[in-house]
Amino acid sequence: MIRNLSLVLLLAFATSSFTNEIVTDSRIDARLRQLSTELRCLVCQNSTLADSDAPLAQDLRREIRKLMEAGKTDEEIVAYLVERYGDFVTFRPPVNASTALLWFGPFIMLIIGAITLVIVLKKRAAILTSKENAS
Amino acid sequence: MKLKLILPLLLFVVLVGFLGKGLFLNPREVPSPLIGKPAPTFEAPVLGDSSKTFYTEEMKGKVWLLNMWASWCVACREEHPLLVEMRKHDIPLYGLAYKDVETNALAVLESMGDPYITTANDADGTIGIDYGVYGVPETYVIDKKGIIRYKQIGPITPEALRDTILPLLKELAV
Repeated sequence: MIRNLSLVLLLAFATSSFTNEIVTDSRIDARLRQLSTELRCLVCQNSTLADSDAPLAQDLRREIRKLMEAGKTDEEIVAYLVERYGDFVTFRPPVNASTALLWFGPFIMLIIGAITLVIVLKKRAAILTSKENAS
Repeated sequence: MKLKLILPLLLFVVLVGFLGKGLFLNPREVPSPLIGKPAPTFEAPVLGDSSKTFYTEEMKGKVWLLNMWASWCVACREEHPLLVEMRKHDIPLYGLAYKDVETNALAVLESMGDPYITTANDADGTIGIDYGVYGVPETYVIDKKGIIRYKQIGPITPEALRDTILPLLKELAV
């Protein structure tokens, strides 16, 4: 009986420590998967680090995993990569002087369009009212 | 009134200008953020003699070129004769064998000539990652203070050598 009990306890202990390891590991796996979809593979530049099989992408994933295991946050890891490969490595370009046009250009175009529309409509209205007055 | 008529044309010309410029850019070229920054320091076994170690610290006070290459890289073979020529003119060229099998790398140096003063061995590519290497060959010009002054992405062309690298070396040597 005692023998059986100890066996059960041992088993329980073994599985719990086993699942613990799996849990922490799978957490890093999930983070790695998530983060590597945000990063560009520099060899095949239109794919993400997640779906590239290029040797460099494998190395970078290995490096990212190492950093994650060392307890680095996602931001620190992205900073690590940007330091080496530049902003190009991220799929979301940061807002700075050289990307300002990229970020705000569409809104500027929208404002110009809206202003033009208002001017045109006002002119048209003015022409219509002057015609009405004439008739 | 006249301006109103030619304004769309002007905008069109500007747009074509931008697109035209785009045709002549190289979208594969990733500008290195490391230019003007200290070259990452490393120590690595010397290719062909792993009892020796190459230290970047020892390069302080010297102007030098670090050429990342590999025996499996076709473009590196194309570049190789020019490197051998550069070495003949006493250009301080150091090599880094990137993710290579040592015997393969040594075989290339044996058959095509060894243009390097020393070649460091970066078997797992971690030094390459520190330098932001994404495709060999890549060449870095490093000044006396250990600052990266120029990065050649892809093979060194005779034009790049003549118009950029040689004038830069002359400037840095002073």
